[in-house]
Amino acid sequence: MEKWYLMTAVVLLGLTVRWTVSLNSYSGAGKPPMFGDYEAQRHWQEITFNLPIKQWYFNSSDNNLQYWGLDYPPLTAYHSLLCAYVAQFINPDWIALHSSRGYESQAHKLFMRATVLIADLLIYIPAVVLHCCCLKEISTKKKIANALCILLYPGLILIDYGHFHLGLALWGVLGVSCDWDLLGSLAFCLAVNYKQMELYHSLPFFCFLLGKCFKKGLKGKGFVLFVKLAGTVVASFTLCWLPFFTERAQALQVLRRLFPVDRGLFEDKVANIWCSVSVFLKIKDILPHHVQIIVSFCLTLLSLLPACVKLTLQPSPKGFRFTLVSCALSFFLFSFQVHEKSILLVSLPVCLVLSEIPFMSTWFLLVSTFSMLPLLLKDDLLMPSVVTTMAFFIACATSFSIFEKTSEEELRLKSFSVSVRKHLPRFTFLPRIIQHLFIISVITMVLLTLMTVTLDPPQKLPDLFSVLDSWLINSVTSLRKSGRGDPRQREEAPFTR
Amino acid sequence: MAALSVMTGGGSWFLALALGVTLLKCLLIPTYHSTDFEVHRNWLAITHSLPISQWYYEATSEWTLDYPPFFAWFEYALSHVAKYFDQEMLNVHNLNYSSSRTLLFQRFSVIFTDALFVYAVHECCKCVDGKKACKELTEKPKFILSVLLLWNFGLLIVDHIHFQYNGFLFGLMLLSIARLFQKRHMEGAFLFAVLLHFKHIYLYVAPAYGIYLLRSYCFTANKPDGSIRWNSFSFVRLISLGLTVFLVSALSLGPFLALNQLPQVFSRLFPFKRGLCHAYWAPNFWAVYNALDKVLSVIGLQLKLLDPKKIPKASMTSGLVQQFQHTVLPSVTPLVTLICTLIAILERKTSF
Repeated sequence: MEKWYLMTAVVLLGLTVRWTVSLNSYSGAGKPPMFGDYEAQRHWQEITFNLPIKQWYFNSSDNNLQYWGLDYPPLTAYHSLLCAYVAQFINPDWIALHSSRGYESQAHKLFMRATVLIADLLIYIPAVVLHCCCLKEISTKKKIANALCILLYPGLILIDYGHFHLGLALWGVLGVSCDWDLLGSLAFCLAVNYKQMELYHSLPFFCFLLGKCFKKGLKGKGFVLFVKLAGTVVASFTLCWLPFFTERAQALQVLRRLFPVDRGLFEDKVANIWCSVSVFLKIKDILPHHVQIIVSFCLTLLSLLPACVKLTLQPSPKGFRFTLVSCALSFFLFSFQVHEKSILLVSLPVCLVLSEIPFMSTWFLLVSTFSMLPLLLKDDLLMPSVVTTMAFFIACATSFSIFEKTSEEELRLKSFSVSVRKHLPRFTFLPRIIQHLFIISVITMVLLTLMTVTLDPPQKLPDLFSVLDSWLINSVTSLRKSGRGDPRQREEAPFTR
Repeated sequence: MAALSVMTGGGSWFLALALGVTLLKCLLIPTYHSTDFEVHRNWLAITHSLPISQWYYEATSEWTLDYPPFFAWFEYALSHVAKYFDQEMLNVHNLNYSSSRTLLFQRFSVIFTDALFVYAVHECCKCVDGKKACKELTEKPKFILSVLLLWNFGLLIVDHIHFQYNGFLFGLMLLSIARLFQKRHMEGAFLFAVLLHFKHIYLYVAPAYGIYLLRSYCFTANKPDGSIRWNSFSFVRLISLGLTVFLVSALSLGPFLALNQLPQVFSRLFPFKRGLCHAYWAPNFWAVYNALDKVLSVIGLQLKLLDPKKIPKASMTSGLVQQFQHTVLPSVTPLVTLICTLIAILERKTSF
């Protein structure tokens, strides 16, 4: 592409920001006995290197599952094993069985940060650059600005470990959008085998590819494509799970670790519907456990069905990206046992539609970063999060001139406001409402941040701030969903070969 | 909303550049810092806790005050803000004190004072006009100059990692240059005089300033072909320039003259006892000279031309800061370096 030097500068800036943020503290630093996610990653390297495969997911005297037991699919374990080999080469003390628990040193921190940076450099960043280069109908400068904004998204920079799967998923999206269907589905299968949360994105992939098969005709090329895709999926899953297929108990134990349905509807304070509603209505106490599972399953399915059906009938890359957003958001809002970090699974597709709805996407991405504030404050990351959020906001504001593009059409809310105007002819001020809501939400976020940092919450309501955070996020994400999920609004071009 | 859209619209690339680099500087806060961090903490302590008569005599720490008085006053002003961050850093005996609040204060003080640098760059950009209209932002001379100056990585590394206050000092220098370009010569001269009393290393460029001001300001008119019109020399202008420099120097050195401390101040400002090259050799002519001396001494020893007993071991490469004698080549005194510098400058000046 022309102006490759500008793209290089953008990538280098992204790397610089990532490296400087990684100089800060990590989760669980200096906090025995359990420490944090950093220790979990180190522990997995220890387990996978020292123990045979059959013992990785089982409780034993050498592998205490209560202390950061493996609860991600096998590809994570293989990746940890690879890192462990490198660690062994540099300093075996880092992964010595039992004795390396809680190991903390400057050299080890450098090693762990370096593994994350290298993974980003090899997988995530090339995918972002390629995605921006493949965008249609926008100038080179806008493509580069798009890349800058995506690379500066604070959520992925601040949560600095283990988002290898997002890079793989992005390759999956790229492959499938550019008609390299087999490679795309292979990449996505690998992503699912890395972190089971990628299943949030699986329905759009399935519907899009199924739609493509239908389009090509079920009796001819479509059927061939379907068989090839099925073969790819089965092959990749078999390859990853091969060591665990030897015994039934092995596979079942892994599944039990991956999907802990015993843990309940939600833990901690997370910005989804269940947590927000539970302030008024203690759902966890009212409904029995299995009913909770069924209710959350039904609501999730209902909220994502319209978009998926539409995608199957009219597959197109643009519709595919919007459906990814919609489905991931449904899962996040209604699903079982959602973690705060799962918002990243929604943020990644939103980054992909940044060039199409800049204003709403920027708003959502800002709020999603804010939603992780309690987690970031726990890890001592206040300064980097404030700085990266401001940098992201400035980058988006200058690249996309978001404050100028707030007409009804640009906000994709035209059919919504047209249908409202049938009943209320004077309803022409939707853009202004949205703009004012945006300003109010920004001010609220700033105030909440300041209050969380400076004040102590009143004694009766110890989690006041976290709950207020999650309400704010809920309102914004629901607004977004209403603007996105309605099937009548997306006017993408029909899929063409 | 309209105001926000204007701010983020097309003409605000300078603001975006300045804000962007400021945010990057904030991210560099937890990076490594050198002993210069302790140097400046010590100077905050000295200027805050001791009377002026002690400033250039205080030697509890090895990092004694060796910048001119205006910088000392600058540290004094900073210390009045520092006391709200951490009172302990202002204790002269708290050597190597670096609590997290101290770090935060020091780093923020560098970032904050860089505002002068940003303003100066803005003024310099006004003086740079592209002859042809460029549509591309990245091809405009103003944009290129702003990026080269604001995002200068050498300055970022030295100021915001290693820890120094070069940002606002270069801001003063750029501002004085901008004023010279804008034909506001007196302001330019005044700013440069002030700069010299902040950090005397800018004496390096003083001859250039002197000759330029003499030529452009003291000679009020040119011949049609651009060369000097000797009879247009204005004594009034020369005297006003001299008076400006004199008044600034009086303001700076006056208190120490009254205290009879000028020799002490000068010995701190010009420490010739530190030797020809610093512990880390600067890549200049004398480094080549020293290296040549070393090579010749090794060859001499091999060929048995020199007596091993008379040669000190690792004399200049030991990383110490002190005076050395060269082994084979003649030793270099401060006077010799001054004469060499003047000859080199004059060579350039003849073509001016």
